[in-house]
This record gives sequence, C-alpha cells and structure tokens, in this order.
Amino acid sequence: MALEIPKTSYSGKIREIRLGKGDKSITVGGETAYPFYLFEGGIPNLPKIAMEVYDSPPEEWPEAALEPFAGVTDDPVAWAKKCINDYGAEIICLQLISTDPNGLDRGADEAAEVVKRVADAIDIPLIVWGCSNEEKDTEVLRKVSEVCQGKNLIIGPVGEGDHKKIGASAIGYHHTVIASTPIDVNLAKQLNILLGNLGVPDDSLIMDTTVSSIGYGIEYCYSVMERARMAGLTQQDEKLQFPVICNIGKEVWKAKEVKIAEKEDPKLGDARKRGILMEAISAMILLLAGADVLIMRHPEAIKLVQEMIAELTAE
Amino acid sequence: MPLTGIEIFKSLPKTNCGECGVPTCLAFAMNLATGKAELSACPYISDEAKAKLEESSAPPIRPVIIGVGDRALKVGGETVMFRHEKRFENHPGFAILISDTMEESEVDSRLDRCKQLQYQRVGLTLRPELVAIKDDSGDAAKFEDLVNKVKQSNQCNIILMSSNPDILAAGLKVCADQKPLLYPADKNNLDRLADLAKANSCPVAVKASTLEELTQLTAKLTESGVKDIVLDSGARTVRQAFEDQIIIRSAALNKKSHSLGFPTIVFPCEMTNDPIKETVIASVFVAKYGGIIVLSDFQGHSLFPLLVERLNLYTDPQRPLATTEGIYEIGGPDENSPVLITSNFSLTYFIVSGEIEASKVPTYLLIKDTEGLSVMTSWAAGKFVADTIAPFVKKCGITDMVKHHKLIIPGYAAAESGGLEEELPGWQILVGPREGTHIPAYLKAWKP
Repeated sequence: MALEIPKTSYSGKIREIRLGKGDKSITVGGETAYPFYLFEGGIPNLPKIAMEVYDSPPEEWPEAALEPFAGVTDDPVAWAKKCINDYGAEIICLQLISTDPNGLDRGADEAAEVVKRVADAIDIPLIVWGCSNEEKDTEVLRKVSEVCQGKNLIIGPVGEGDHKKIGASAIGYHHTVIASTPIDVNLAKQLNILLGNLGVPDDSLIMDTTVSSIGYGIEYCYSVMERARMAGLTQQDEKLQFPVICNIGKEVWKAKEVKIAEKEDPKLGDARKRGILMEAISAMILLLAGADVLIMRHPEAIKLVQEMIAELTAE
Repeated sequence: MPLTGIEIFKSLPKTNCGECGVPTCLAFAMNLATGKAELSACPYISDEAKAKLEESSAPPIRPVIIGVGDRALKVGGETVMFRHEKRFENHPGFAILISDTMEESEVDSRLDRCKQLQYQRVGLTLRPELVAIKDDSGDAAKFEDLVNKVKQSNQCNIILMSSNPDILAAGLKVCADQKPLLYPADKNNLDRLADLAKANSCPVAVKASTLEELTQLTAKLTESGVKDIVLDSGARTVRQAFEDQIIIRSAALNKKSHSLGFPTIVFPCEMTNDPIKETVIASVFVAKYGGIIVLSDFQGHSLFPLLVERLNLYTDPQRPLATTEGIYEIGGPDENSPVLITSNFSLTYFIVSGEIEASKVPTYLLIKDTEGLSVMTSWAAGKFVADTIAPFVKKCGITDMVKHHKLIIPGYAAAESGGLEEELPGWQILVGPREGTHIPAYLKAWKP
C-alpha cells in the first residue's frame, strides 16, 4: 500500500507587510501553510528577529543579558548601533521603559526625542514599544508618530482602549500599528476590525496576541497563536490574516529561573546557558505557533533561533 | 474512526441477557461507544465480532509503554494535531545516551545526573525517564555489563541500541524484566527483532530510510504479531525529521494509517554536535510530535527548560494547573511583613510570587484554593469571595504569624473588601494592584 501524504487544505493566506523604509526595509508574512510546513505550502518571507534596545539603563537584568551590551546600555543610539554592527541585527526594537508612570515617568517629548535620534541613526526598521499604560502610551506614541513622520516605524502596543488616538496618528504619519490583545483570539480579531474601521490599512497592521516565557503560561499564548493562524489559513477569517509579532525577550529575562545562580541551585546548571536556552526555546515554540517577528535580547539566543529557521527551511 | 453505538449494536448477540450489567444489548453498545464499558463484559460475543470491534475501537495512535512499575513511560495515544482541539495526552520521554565505550567515570556521572536532575513545580516532579544504552564496542559482554550497571544503579527506563541482534539479546538477558525498548528493527533484521520482542514482551523501534519503507516495515512487524512499535523515520536533518513527525501524526489521525499509528523516536543527538543547539532542536520535537527524544547528555541548564516546556505544552487546556492552598513564605518574612492573598491558578501563583521576589520585600503569600481558576474568573464564579476567603484566612494560621492584621487582596477582587472586613473582625482589608507588574512598587511602599 503506497503511503498517502496527508495535506491540510488551506483557503487563506497571511498578509504581507513591509516594515521600515528604503533598501533595508523588510517584508514579513505571506505564508500559505502552517509554520514550516514546507511540504504543504510556502513561506515567502522567513520570520525575522528584532533586537531590543532600552531607552534607559536596565536595572534588573541578569549579568548574562547585560554582558553583550556592556558600555552602551546608557546610550540607546550606541546600543542600537552595536546590535547592528556587532550582532547583525536586521530590526531594532526600542523599548520605552522610561516612560512608565510607575517608574521614571519620562515625558512624551523627551521620549520621542530619543526615538527620533535612534531612528535617524539607523537605516533598518525600528519598532517602538511603549510602557503598556494606555494613557501614557497614547501621549508618547502620538508624539513619536509625529516626530518620526514617514519613517514607517512599527508602533505599539495599541490596545482597545487607546487604539483610536494612537491608530489615528499612525495613519496620519504613516506608521505600522501593533494590535495588542490579552491572549484571546476573539479579542484579537475584534481589535483588528476596530483598527480597520478606523482606517488603518491592512498592510500596516501586525498582531501581538501577548506572549510569556516557558514556565509562565506560554501554552496559552501558543494555542491562541495556533488558533489565529488556523482561522486565517483554513477558515478564511480575513481579520486574522495578519502577521504576528512576539515581544518575548523581556518576558524570559524577568523570570526568576534565569536569575538563579548555579551555586544557589546546582541542579539548574550554568545560569548563562540556561537563560540563553530559555529565551531560545520560548522563541522557538512561538515560531512553531506562527510568529513572524520575534523581539529578542541575547545575541546567542538570537543566533540559535536563526540557525533553527535556516535548518527548518534548508533545501 | 470510532464506531457509533448503533454500529456496535449490529455486532452484538442482541439477546438482552443482561449479564454485562445493563439490561439491553443496545444500552451496552451505547456504553461501549462512549468508553463506559469494556467489550470483555459480554460473555457471548463471537470471536469474529470481537476482533472487528477491537480493531475499530483501537486508538489511532497506539499507546506504547516502556518499562515497568510507577516509573514506566507511556507514549503515543495522541488524538489531535493541535493541543487546543482537545489536549496532548502523553508527554514525550527524554533519553540520555550512554555508550559502552564511555569511560566508567563518565557513565557513573551520567547515571548520577539521571537521578539528581529532578525538579518540583506546581506539585509535580519533572524528571527525564530514559537511558539509551548504545553498543559502540561490538562486544556483547561489554554491552551486557553496561546494561547491568544501568539496571542496578538507576530508576530510568531503558532503550537498548545495537545494530547487532545478538548484542541486543545479550542486553535483554539482563533487563528483559524491565521491558526495555529494542532499537532498531530495520529491513535486515526485522524477523530476528520481532522474535526477540515477542519472546520478551518488549516494545521495538523500527528504523527506515523513508516513510514509505517505514510503513512496510511496521506492517510486517504487525503481521508477525508485534503490537508495541515505535517509529524512527531515519531522518537526521531537522527539516526532514520535523516534516516526518507531522506527516506520521497526520497520516495516523487523518488518514487512519494503521502502519503509522505509533509513537515516534527522534535523535537530536545525531543532528548536531553542539549540545546547546541540540537542546533547541529537541524543543521543536516536544511541540511537534516527538514520542521519545534522545539527547547526547543531560545538563541542568538544558534539561530544565525542556522539562518546563514539555509540562506547559502537555497541560490539558481544559484543566488549568493549580497550586496547593496554603501560606507561601517568600524572601524570609517576619511578623511585620505584608500578607497578600490570591487564587491558586498556577499562572497567577507564578506571576505573583515572581513579582514578590523581584520586589525583594519579604512577604507572606496566601494561596486560596479556587479550583485552578484565575482571580477574576474565580471571583465571578463565587470561589474567591468574602464567604470563602475569610474561613481560609482564619484557619490557615496567618493570624499568629503577623503582628499587624492587614490583608492585601487583588485589585480585581476589590468588591470583596467590605464583605471581608465583616467576615474577618480585627482585620484591615487593603486593595492591592490589579496587575502583577505593579506589585513590587506597591510592596516597596507598604508599611505595617
């Protein structure tokens, strides 16, 4: 009896969107099959990894995560350049941690000025991620949109509560919007509809369905992403046919398991390798669930995941 | 495809004798269809009908057990391609490779790591379950010695690996009672391995060079009477092995392929020489359908993330993991430390306890049994309300552990603060933050 290779029947396609401007812009999305199911369909654009840069020196990072960026953590421009020149970053994600009202509470003008400096200093796509406080993000991201007009930044998180104001300024100043929802495929779809109604073009929207590290509920994120991809590819759900972005690095490196020294708990092994592996494995399974852009921290974890993307798509 | 009650009914004697425990054959058929009854309860069913029904009721992917006793590993038995469709049933086993050409000290330290590397999480013990003993020496006596050593010193289940059936037989002499997995049966030794497997009632892994060949070999093994089979498609590139896992799972579930309806074995240890990369490769097969995952070594920094990933993806989506009710002391709290209470959804517990640790403020965290529901859900369901929280706070013993009597409740349960002050005389109820990320700032500002 000959073996019959089963095939999924796909009826949809993930939209392609272009991140950034000019020669170094990057296109993501466009899949016509489940992640890496190359025997069933195409992946015209491989998933991409963005490297994190913080707009103020990180305070709680374990040594393993700080070491690769020694000397530049107090200068976002130098940090971004180091990511590009030393680690070959293709996308930068500027995390506007300093704007958090529960932290430094830096004002919108000052934050936007930093974004502008980074945006002007690099020629690769720039993601700008706010502090996840809706009021503050509205203020800051609108200012960012304005001062970086036409650069096609990727800005977010944009949630149901702040989608109108941030969405409108992103439309006006030509940026891509990150539609963020809390681990629920229906909420994700609803926000995409709302942003569409507002006038955000289909090729300027990327979804963030919320992610967490292994050990911290990644299974929920994984299944929501799988369901969204399934709806988009096999159930003709056009409002879920958007590429997905995962801000995973910061989730992994805040877990207590990456901070425990080997001498505190020898069974957990080398702390540096453990942190890198927790980040790489978290990112890897998000890729298997449908991530198009991963925001990551450690250069070695990034390299591992890039090698895996290459292996999974090798001829 | 499982049969319906009516289809099963057609094959039953239709005598309504009642000896199976229900009054009619139709009722019995309905119970069979829903898995509430066993076919063996019917004393009059014909052998022919029995064979037919057993075949159609067999799971699409056969569960295979390696080893004996409490620690035996069950793999296979999967029913879905995606975990949200139902759940993944039996998590893959991790195996450490031990060769009979390794130095004795290396063997000892590997066996020691098998025993030591166990982790407690949400009331469960996470541990690897297999040792793959590989014949590299070609010397049956040497192999036998190593198998004996593993058997004596270890509590892991065993995979015997040799291309020479005589050497496998030598290993079996020592550990047949442990029901090891024999690896590999291929086109050259299939009959011999089938005999060994049957004589010792052991599962056997088939190795082919293509999926096509794999189906032929398992069909032959099945014909010869071997039931417990594990599949190795032979792929040793990540891409090919990944695709093979998906095709095998899908062929068994969607095309009812009996010859591929078995768990798989994969070898990340043969796909790279870099142990760190090997770990990431293994993580792919945890998610995508590996049954047994053979690693070149176990180290805490690589095994722990894999065990946690496996725990996560094999959690039943319909039954959230729960943490045990009680008082959790974080950072060495004393009588002046803050007291927080939250639900016993394990994710809530991990996030809240993680944030408390990050705050470096020694704290008592009370975990109330909410049947694994999160704060908002359990509050809405009446399981995290004043009437249930107050009795728990009274009896858990926290009253004698702190001087102040101030209880911090989650922001999402703020509506309970009034009720709690009534139910807990002498306690002051404080409404804490809604989100875990705001806990450190809250605790740092807290004064008894």
